Amino acid sequence: MNALAHSAATHAAADHHGFLSPSGVEIVFVLVGLVTLGAALATVTTKQLVHAALWLVVALGGVAVEYLLLTAEFIAWVQVLIYVGSVVVLILFGLMLTRAPIGRSPDADSGNRWAALAVSVAAAATLVTVVVDAFRATWIDLADPAGPGSGSSEVTGTALFRHWVLPFEALSVLLLAALVGAIVLSRRDGDRDLPPARTRAGER
Amino acid sequence: MDAVDVAVRLLAVLLSFLVLPLLVGQTEHKVMAHMQGRVGPMHAGGFHGWAQLVADGVKFAQKEDIVPEGADRRVFQLAPALALIPYLLVLVAIPVAPGGGVVQVLDAGIFFVLAVMGVGILGSLMGGWASANKFSLLGGLRTAAQLLAYELPMLLAAASVTMAAGTLSLPGILGVWEWWWLPWQAVGAVVFFTAGLAELQRPPFDAPVADSEIIFGAYTEYTGLRFALFLLAEYAGIVVLSALTAVLFLGGWHGPFADGLGWLWMLLKTGVLAFGVIWLRVSYPRLREDQIQRLAWTALVPLALFQIALTGVVKVVM
Repeated sequence: MNALAHSAATHAAADHHGFLSPSGVEIVFVLVGLVTLGAALATVTTKQLVHAALWLVVALGGVAVEYLLLTAEFIAWVQVLIYVGSVVVLILFGLMLTRAPIGRSPDADSGNRWAALAVSVAAAATLVTVVVDAFRATWIDLADPAGPGSGSSEVTGTALFRHWVLPFEALSVLLLAALVGAIVLSRRDGDRDLPPARTRAGER
Repeated sequence: MDAVDVAVRLLAVLLSFLVLPLLVGQTEHKVMAHMQGRVGPMHAGGFHGWAQLVADGVKFAQKEDIVPEGADRRVFQLAPALALIPYLLVLVAIPVAPGGGVVQVLDAGIFFVLAVMGVGILGSLMGGWASANKFSLLGGLRTAAQLLAYELPMLLAAASVTMAAGTLSLPGILGVWEWWWLPWQAVGAVVFFTAGLAELQRPPFDAPVADSEIIFGAYTEYTGLRFALFLLAEYAGIVVLSALTAVLFLGGWHGPFADGLGWLWMLLKTGVLAFGVIWLRVSYPRLREDQIQRLAWTALVPLALFQIALTGVVKVVM
């Protein structure tokens, strides 16, 4: 009953909004989206390894701004915290630890360029179709933080722990498995007194 | 909130961003000096050398801005700004007084603050890489390793407070704060403050900038204003960390006569914590890189998890 009323409300809201008279937020949304797209393209096309990581910061930050414009404040800050603050730092750490030349890296080119393009276009097409189909008639009332479609922490938390608990828990088990796997892979048996070269060869 | 109100609030943030770090810097000069049996700067400005940092700023502004020949120019020049600006943004969300004493109430304020503070580290990483200098690269590497190790306990400690308060908003946390949270969240407070010190690379966690080993790490090649911006970022970081610890664990503006004097309590608590940061610099030797990692993973993370368990138990029982 409630859901029906909600969907009726969103449809009514959708009737009020037209695509031809965009509001300020919508214009900003499109502009930030273009910047994000550009940064993402720069990430995969730049010939300099570290620049790719830095363009990734711009792209991920742009996505965070989009979340913010969609009123999903919590998701936006988590995006910045996890992706910009940790994942990119980890990438930079790995690059600096192994190789981080200043200037072009001729070996940074991959022969799989066209296959990668095909995969990414297919993935993007799938995602765009799904998202457009799912949220075509949904409008967010920017003035109402608890209304339908809003992304405040309370609404997000309720949705996550009331309707999506099972996927959430499955994901945590997956991450735990990854953690244990990483520890097993990087572990050296300290009690066996092997020379370093053999230890490395004996690792699984 | 009308336009004038917003302008006044933003101006207040900008002013405190420009004044408080300098105040901490000057306090550091004097406090360190007296703890080491010196007097510190005495001449600039007359009274006890109060204008020493202003003079330093003028000196930095006059220096030539040098970019090393082998450096990645644009990244090198962008890095100091990226290190400094996040701290300015964070100040917007920190409540200083009851009843609207905050520039912008954010629904997920604590995540905003921690996320934006994490971005500031990217400035050091970019500077360390783009300098084309071995010592800078080492400094950048150590910075990254330190951030990865200490981000987790910091987040866990902050999560404990949000669990206790039942809200992610900083004014909201202060709204439900009671005095007995002090002992309840004490372990989390120590973890948070220690991890924050490590993220700021303050002694005893200053291995990434260790001037006697790797010549100031990521900032080796910087001169003039850009170097001053990195220094300013460090002191702004002290202000932000102290203010944040005060808000999350020491009750922020809570205190006698909080309605009128709330801002004074907040300032006082922040000041005491900043003094503690300086005190630690004078009294502890620098930790080695492996000791820094060990402290994070074997002491702070378990302590933070213990605090979360304690918070959960008390929350359920009460």
